[in-house]
Amino acid sequence: MIALFFRDLKLAVRAGGGAMLGVLFFMTVVAVIPFGVGPDLNLLARIGPAILWIGALLASLLGLDRLFQAEREDGSLDLLLMQETPLLLTVFVKCTAHWSATGLPLVVASPFLGLFMNMNELAIGATMATLLAGTPAITFIGAVGAAVAVALPRGGLLVSILVLPLAVPVLIFGISAVYAAIEDPAPFLPPFMILMAITLFFAVIGPVAAAAALRHSAD
Amino acid sequence: MNETSLAIRKFSDLANPTRFLALAARVLPWLAVLTVVCFAIGLWLSFTTEGDYQQGETVRIMYVHVPSAWLSMMCYTVMAISALGTLVWRHPLADVSAKAAAPIGASFTFLALVTGSLWGKPMWGTWWVWDARLTSVFVLFLMYLGVIALNRAMEDPARSARVSAVLVLVGFVNIPIIKFSVDWWNTLHQPASVFRLDGPTIDPEFLWPLMAMAIAFTLLFFSLHVAAMRNEIWRRRVTSLRRQAARNAGRETLAP
Amino acid sequence: MRLLVEGLSARRGEDLIFNDISFALAPGEALIVTGPNGSGKSTLLRVLAGLLAAESGRLYIDGGPTGFKHPHELSHYLGHRNAMKRELTVEENLSFWQSFLGDSPGGAGISTAAAGEAVGLGGITHLPFGYLSAGQQRRMAMAKLLVAHRPIWILDEPTAALDAGADRLFSELVAAHLERGGIVIAATHQPLGIGQSQALQMKGFVH
Repeated sequence: MIALFFRDLKLAVRAGGGAMLGVLFFMTVVAVIPFGVGPDLNLLARIGPAILWIGALLASLLGLDRLFQAEREDGSLDLLLMQETPLLLTVFVKCTAHWSATGLPLVVASPFLGLFMNMNELAIGATMATLLAGTPAITFIGAVGAAVAVALPRGGLLVSILVLPLAVPVLIFGISAVYAAIEDPAPFLPPFMILMAITLFFAVIGPVAAAAALRHSAD
Repeated sequence: MNETSLAIRKFSDLANPTRFLALAARVLPWLAVLTVVCFAIGLWLSFTTEGDYQQGETVRIMYVHVPSAWLSMMCYTVMAISALGTLVWRHPLADVSAKAAAPIGASFTFLALVTGSLWGKPMWGTWWVWDARLTSVFVLFLMYLGVIALNRAMEDPARSARVSAVLVLVGFVNIPIIKFSVDWWNTLHQPASVFRLDGPTIDPEFLWPLMAMAIAFTLLFFSLHVAAMRNEIWRRRVTSLRRQAARNAGRETLAP
Repeated sequence: MRLLVEGLSARRGEDLIFNDISFALAPGEALIVTGPNGSGKSTLLRVLAGLLAAESGRLYIDGGPTGFKHPHELSHYLGHRNAMKRELTVEENLSFWQSFLGDSPGGAGISTAAAGEAVGLGGITHLPFGYLSAGQQRRMAMAKLLVAHRPIWILDEPTAALDAGADRLFSELVAAHLERGGIVIAATHQPLGIGQSQALQMKGFVH
């Protein structure tokens, strides 16, 4: 299992891997927002956390369709399916590796983009914390979509369409936790705890559902 | 016509990768020494001159900020010329040059952005504003990263060279925009004060260390660029040797 | 330990691909599955590998190690595709599968370097898999069978894309596996050159 984790990490970092592309996409998405809404710093500071969250959500959807499709194309998926090790464990490890290669860099990049958005230190810290807690959930949800669409020839877009509605609760609680941290009356912890609960919930449900979908996708 | 073709032949003689390697081996140590000397002079000048009465010590950030900003544009220009070389003259070293320049250019751009934002915090009270100059430089940074990502995504260097050359040339539109953004739009970033038709408006007190640092940075760029080109040529040779090894392997053991 | 198959049938979509296939394999025995294209060879092997569900029939191991529910947990499967990553070196690929697959009880895999030697490509395991030619890639995929021990080998067209020399080398690998008491099930057009083997002729199912 550790071997699988490191193999996936290596694949993501090697030439042609998607690890850097996600961050680049994140930066680009965040950079075009001020062109759309205008360079008003106060406005940007107010909508900054939401922009970072939406950017991170879209960026983490990018490489998801390849999660199982790449394995299927070269026949590795057959061997992963055959083993006595529970498939859901395999899926879980693949998700963790995928998140470490694509989700974690987004979290690391978010403070810099927060500065672009003229956010203050508290807002940046809160955004980073919620992204750290929330992006794994997107990966786990995405694994279900990737597993369902694994046999489709052009599943990329479909994965995004399948995953986005499911990821809405993550977005809601992630952003409300950030705004609770910035604006005084609302407490930060309750939405943040719910966000973590969502992540833990999908960490269980996601691999189970993805494993079931993979079993039935075999042909 | 004969003269030009002779000149081109001489130029492509120089472009022979083996000759380039020999040249690089001879030039690099001198270039490196010269860079260090210039940096020593530039830094000494930067830290001994007086601070500005308004900006205080933060004015010294300028000695790093301005040269790296210049270089971020110069490096892209070098890449664009190399891209022309790849597409028009099919110069064998042009795509090596373009590929080697991209990470260096990205680093200088990053340096310019970071130093600018460090200076902006005490001066403007914010790390970042979305004015024309800053935004266009940030777009330049993204373009560098895009070119790097494109170069990394393709295995075959000959094919990736053409494609990324097209991208580089299209992106060159941004360079004049950056240069003249401060004149075309009235923004927070101060207008050009060194390279002007009516002579520099900057105080000589600041001009000398700035020029010294600019020369040092330019030399640094060329040393890094030559070294990176050399590494890229070596990398390609290693790759072709490895492919050769793969082709030869297992022949003798299995010959029927 | 014996591999027993009784009355196996499978369908894809609405079509019954094959019906009522039975055989029994003891250690050291091989089953060569032959038949024209579309006769269901690959489907049979994928059912045996547990990748497709059987429509009816039974598939089990008699007298094998305890704790294994289905034969596929004791099997290597070499399909049409090599299950190796182009971006990683051969060494990285092999050692990944070695530690991911692990050894079945009753044997041990050989080291990745030795496996490279065994398929006649000892010197180039440090190269990225994508640098190799199609035939070399296939041979490295066979080296994967050696790095982790599995008593049952399920091979789908194993010698496609191989030249005569590599063909012979592969027959030797299969023969050595049988000698150690392994079981081999292979679908093939070419004779594998294995002495003692059962044969199963797939005819395709006629409605």
